[in-house]
Amino acid sequence: MLHTRTHLAIATVIGAIALPTFASEPIIGLITKTETNPFFVKMKEGATAEAKAKGAKLLSAAGKTDGDNAGQVTAIENMIAAGAKTILITPSDSKAIVPSIKKARDKGVLVIALDSPTEPIDATDALFATDNYKAGILIGEYAKASLGGKPVKIATLDLFPGHPVGAQRHNGFLQGFGLKSFDAKNNELAKPAEVVCMADSFGDQAKGQTAMENCLQKNPDINLVYTINEPAAAGAFNALKKAGKEKGVMVVSVDGGCQGIKDVAAGKIAATSQQYPLKMAAMGVAAGVEYAKTGKKPSGYTDTGVTLIAAKPAAGVDSKDTKTGMDLCWGNK
Amino acid sequence: MPSWKEHLPSIGTLGPFLALLMACVFFSFQSEQFLTGANFSLILQQVMVVGLIAIGQTLIILTAGIDLSCGMVMALGGVVMTKVSHDYGVHPIVAIFAGFAVTAGFGLINGLLVTRIKLPSFIVTLGTMNIAFAITQLYSQSQTITDLPAGMTFLGTTFSIGQTEVAFGTVLMLAMYGIAWLWLRETAQGRHIYAVGNNPEATRLTGIATHRVLLMVYVLAGLCYGIASLLSVARTGVGDPNAGQTENLDAITAVVLGGTSLFGGRGIVIGSLVGAMIVGVFRNGLTLMGVSSVYQILITGILVILAVATDQLSRKGGR
Repeated sequence: MLHTRTHLAIATVIGAIALPTFASEPIIGLITKTETNPFFVKMKEGATAEAKAKGAKLLSAAGKTDGDNAGQVTAIENMIAAGAKTILITPSDSKAIVPSIKKARDKGVLVIALDSPTEPIDATDALFATDNYKAGILIGEYAKASLGGKPVKIATLDLFPGHPVGAQRHNGFLQGFGLKSFDAKNNELAKPAEVVCMADSFGDQAKGQTAMENCLQKNPDINLVYTINEPAAAGAFNALKKAGKEKGVMVVSVDGGCQGIKDVAAGKIAATSQQYPLKMAAMGVAAGVEYAKTGKKPSGYTDTGVTLIAAKPAAGVDSKDTKTGMDLCWGNK
Repeated sequence: MPSWKEHLPSIGTLGPFLALLMACVFFSFQSEQFLTGANFSLILQQVMVVGLIAIGQTLIILTAGIDLSCGMVMALGGVVMTKVSHDYGVHPIVAIFAGFAVTAGFGLINGLLVTRIKLPSFIVTLGTMNIAFAITQLYSQSQTITDLPAGMTFLGTTFSIGQTEVAFGTVLMLAMYGIAWLWLRETAQGRHIYAVGNNPEATRLTGIATHRVLLMVYVLAGLCYGIASLLSVARTGVGDPNAGQTENLDAITAVVLGGTSLFGGRGIVIGSLVGAMIVGVFRNGLTLMGVSSVYQILITGILVILAVATDQLSRKGGR
């Protein structure tokens, strides 16, 4: 998280040296939220492979931590200086990054948002991302079908306040379960009576565990847990196991990392909605190469797909098994 | 030289206890689940990692230094002990000691740079924080290490006292606080730490090897971070290369909230546990109340400023 500046400096130097030598290769910049999250590691992998296949040069950089806007601004500036004609970015701060993106676009650079949108969404030329609301709906429907008509007491382990992805997954889940919820555009978290505890996990295992422990203190009868991602789900499972409640409680999640799929196979998580960072990046690089060759810009939102992965299928809900999930997962297999 | 005055309760030492007590009273009115043994055992488990890092951090702050690398070194220790155990299949005890060796080694490097090259601890540990983070990421390839042997996560398991489940890790943390408190209070070495923090030059002139005291403090702090690594691994059941990022500043927050002076030489180590508990109680209590975590951050910020202001004012008025 803190070594990014060095990387940027190196990337800039390499870019500057490489520019005259490989002037014919289109340069594509990839800016992720962090260098270290396996999701972004996989994204970079996808971009690197696609760039190699298409004969493009890939520069990559990242913020120091999730939410580090200044780091991403610096990265954009350096990428433009290095001659990038296309910049792919996963915005850490959907609003704060907009002026820098505008500067880049004014210079004729194609900017594509990956994974999450900017605000407004048309601040970038195009968006390649998971439909997070749909990801939520899938696990909501799965939980509803598996639990039948059983009354539920739900705990939601969310991301952090105000984050659109967190709100979309949360509200999508409740929508899929058939409870009162908000639509995909609303960043407020719905709280129908069935939700007995809401806590922020920051997508982190240790904090997810703490959040679940506190929720169980609040209401020991919780029997359905929605988590923002699988590290939070693993933390929730730890808390449930310590309380001796891992059997009667269903945990559902979103992400589809390899560790998460393993946890689905092991029965810690009942189902997860898998997203595809590799595909997002590969599509972004392909669009960048296309732009360099023909000047054609992509536009609007492209859904990069989401698949429900469950160890036990539920009646009436389309899901894939964990073997398929492992084939397509990201992170350490 | 230190005197009996340090043991008198002042605003600086009583304040944290009062703040914790007030928070507890407030939350027990807000939520009926709050005031139970089970809930307090839980909060202790939730703060044990920060609590142990804070012991090391207290030692360093008592010498008027600061350690920004604490969380990152803790994360490195956790990755080393889990990876050594997982990849080479050695006995968990051996792997754990490998982790301790690495964190204590980082303490030694910090200490040597502070004492031999006379760099400010802030700068030294700013550097080693980055180095420890980078090594953690490179060594683990940014991947979480799972499937750990039971011996490695033993401290996360619990035993019963009556109705209440207590984690072994909590007991270890409380014991470490007891040891640190007695050591700082009753031994010559402990008193030397206060002396170095109060006035290093005067301490040196009385014939105490201040460099050696400082070096010992940094190595012991590193060792504390190693034990914190073990607690973190035990609590989450994995070796997490992204651990330590919030614990880094949380530990400093705990020490400051606990009334230890950032100017060195004043404070009691138990206060740091109280500081960590204050943060833990707010997080737990606000969740029970159904209030957003942002309020916890807001309240922590206000308390930190209050704590430092109290220290500054009592320093001006007191001595």
